[in-house]
Amino acid sequence: MAHLELDNISAAYGKLRVLDGIDISVGSGETVGLIGPSGSGKSTILRVLTGLLKPDAGVVRVGGAPINFDKPAEIRRLRDRAAIVFQQYNLFQNLTVLENVMIAPTKVRGRKPKEVRPEAEHLLAKVGLADKMDSYPDQLSGGQQQRVAIARGLCLKPEILLLDEVTAALDPELVSEVLDTIRGLAEDGMTMLIVSHEMGFIREISARVAFMADGKVVELGAPAQIFDAPEKERTRDFVGKILRH
Amino acid sequence: MGELAELLTYYNVIFLLKGMGTTFALSALGCILGGLFGTALAVARLTTGPLTLPLRALALVFTEFFRRVPFLVTLMLCFFIFQFSGLDVSTFTVGCVTVVLIGTAFLAEIVRAGLQSVHPNQWHAAETMNFTLLQTIRYVVLPQAWTVILPPAFGFFILFIKDSALASQIGVIELTYVGKVFNNRGFSAGVSFGVILVAYFMLSYPLSRLGAKLEKKLGSSRTR
Repeated sequence: MAHLELDNISAAYGKLRVLDGIDISVGSGETVGLIGPSGSGKSTILRVLTGLLKPDAGVVRVGGAPINFDKPAEIRRLRDRAAIVFQQYNLFQNLTVLENVMIAPTKVRGRKPKEVRPEAEHLLAKVGLADKMDSYPDQLSGGQQQRVAIARGLCLKPEILLLDEVTAALDPELVSEVLDTIRGLAEDGMTMLIVSHEMGFIREISARVAFMADGKVVELGAPAQIFDAPEKERTRDFVGKILRH
Repeated sequence: MGELAELLTYYNVIFLLKGMGTTFALSALGCILGGLFGTALAVARLTTGPLTLPLRALALVFTEFFRRVPFLVTLMLCFFIFQFSGLDVSTFTVGCVTVVLIGTAFLAEIVRAGLQSVHPNQWHAAETMNFTLLQTIRYVVLPQAWTVILPPAFGFFILFIKDSALASQIGVIELTYVGKVFNNRGFSAGVSFGVILVAYFMLSYPLSRLGAKLEKKLGSSRTR
């Protein structure tokens, strides 16, 4: 059974329709990649899944249970289960690395700091930042900040990790360190929905890939299908352009 | 110098200190209560959703109204409202209510601008981690907003100490009133108000130093 399911989801910013009947599911422990041109609605899906944008039609199910976006308690429940890592890291600038990772579990979830601290330290060690715990975000490189953001998301023990173009704001030489971290998570069986322009990485890490355009899923299938033998003309165009560059 | 020595008799000094105390009390009330209520209004204006719409509207109208009405007009308004209501309150109480109204309106705007100066991505990140609005403000936004809030807030506090002089218009015995009394008692305007000037400086200078200190301490937390 799919762990995360978007069933005919539509959403709009005012009068601008950005998602139009999206059907995507992510199985437990599965990694699904979302690709497509800018403005196709990839990041908007993640905004819906974190309760930042309310869908105007369709159903989101987590673990089989539908989420009612009209009820704040259900949105909170959704956010408890799905953590997001943003393109711009969005680390809290006033807090150290360790504090950034610990603040939500302690202040929002009410867990004891002495219980959370070893977990936070373990996660930071896992993303290779054991020596940066007392640094502030502005003392870190983009890649390091992004890895802190991943550790911060993981410290919430989410069932699903949503990654929104996490390498798009990084210098090319810093991309690999973040991708290695995500690769490690996939090997650990983390359920992930990844929006990315790193086509090679998406192809390698995803069990399935959805190609989106104009707020719709044009084609969804195994990476080999999407990248090597796309069925739809629109997908062929996109993949063709990407591979030429 | 002779006239100054004549003015500074025991009873005049007590009278002066009483005026200073009143000015200090009015200013402190306006700043502290105004700061608290102003922060509450600023937070109210940042709420979303239909349920809090009346609260947002009230906060907006209050802030925009009292920021646009001159201090003296608000003072007179409060004075006559209390008179018509038949409540037997002192002119000091009327002065207190006025300074709190004005302080709340101005500080609400200063705090709101400070909170909104923090990048939206910080708010979004907190929201997606289930921070409540108050938790977001307390742990994430306010610590980053101090640099924007403190300089205009302390500038306003210092202006406020001087504006409280208008309370003398309804008979509140604060510093300016004390200066007028000295002058009426036959002391020259230069000496009477020279003493008052020094007293105002003694009240406002430590406040500006405190502001600078806090700016250095709290303001640095944004980028450390």
